[in-house]
Amino acid sequence: MTENSMRTALGRVRGLGSAKEGTHHWWMQRLTAIALVPLVLWFVVSVTGLAGMSHAEALAWIGSPAVAVTLLLLIVATFYHAQLGMQVVIEDYVHDEVVKLASLVAVKFIAIVLSVAAIFAVLKIAFGG
Amino acid sequence: MNADKRPLSPHLQVYKPQLTSVLSISHRATGVALSVGTMLLVWWLFAAASGPDAFAVVQGFLGSWFGYLVLFGFSYALMYHLCNGIRHLFWDAGLGFELEIVYKSGWATVIASAALTVLTWLVALAAL
Repeated sequence: MTENSMRTALGRVRGLGSAKEGTHHWWMQRLTAIALVPLVLWFVVSVTGLAGMSHAEALAWIGSPAVAVTLLLLIVATFYHAQLGMQVVIEDYVHDEVVKLASLVAVKFIAIVLSVAAIFAVLKIAFGG
Repeated sequence: MNADKRPLSPHLQVYKPQLTSVLSISHRATGVALSVGTMLLVWWLFAAASGPDAFAVVQGFLGSWFGYLVLFGFSYALMYHLCNGIRHLFWDAGLGFELEIVYKSGWATVIASAALTVLTWLVALAAL
């Protein structure tokens, strides 16, 4: 930071830059990545052991409290991580402003729709619907 | 000169592919593939919540040869993104930037992701 910087002292302290976001995107991508390491390993070990399960077995597994909570954590972390990653890919490779904006909006909306659908499914099974 | 025709900085294709660059772009490619693949998880959970008929449709798809192909691709992409993601987390912590270590961790990612995929399928096929 040079002496004749145009930035105010408060702006420098906050460190959020012109986008007012700072390292939030980067930090959330790492936080969700760290969370997904054990969650993904747990999920893969669980579903491979249950390969070919019947509908009744699936309901019993998804509906047990510990599994339901872990699945919800997996769903939230997965979609948060996926939409952050897709955003970066779109920002890097889509150069048409209209297509870029439309893609970014679509990715955010799709992530929300899919995650809400998955969360609802788990809750419905867990609450015995 | 027309603004559209101006030469740009060297394009990616002028460089010889290296382990590092191939693994880097593969991380993005698998990330995009896995994002699309999440629809399979949502479909499976939603079908389970909808009832036995809807669940039978998903299980029927997953048990078909095409379903196996999709699941195999999904499992490899997941294991690759997981292993290389851990490699990225070490870099984020400031570790493993020496060229020799970068190549060693790169080959470790290639081998570990392949081994984990094979292990996953051995366990799944044994459970069937």
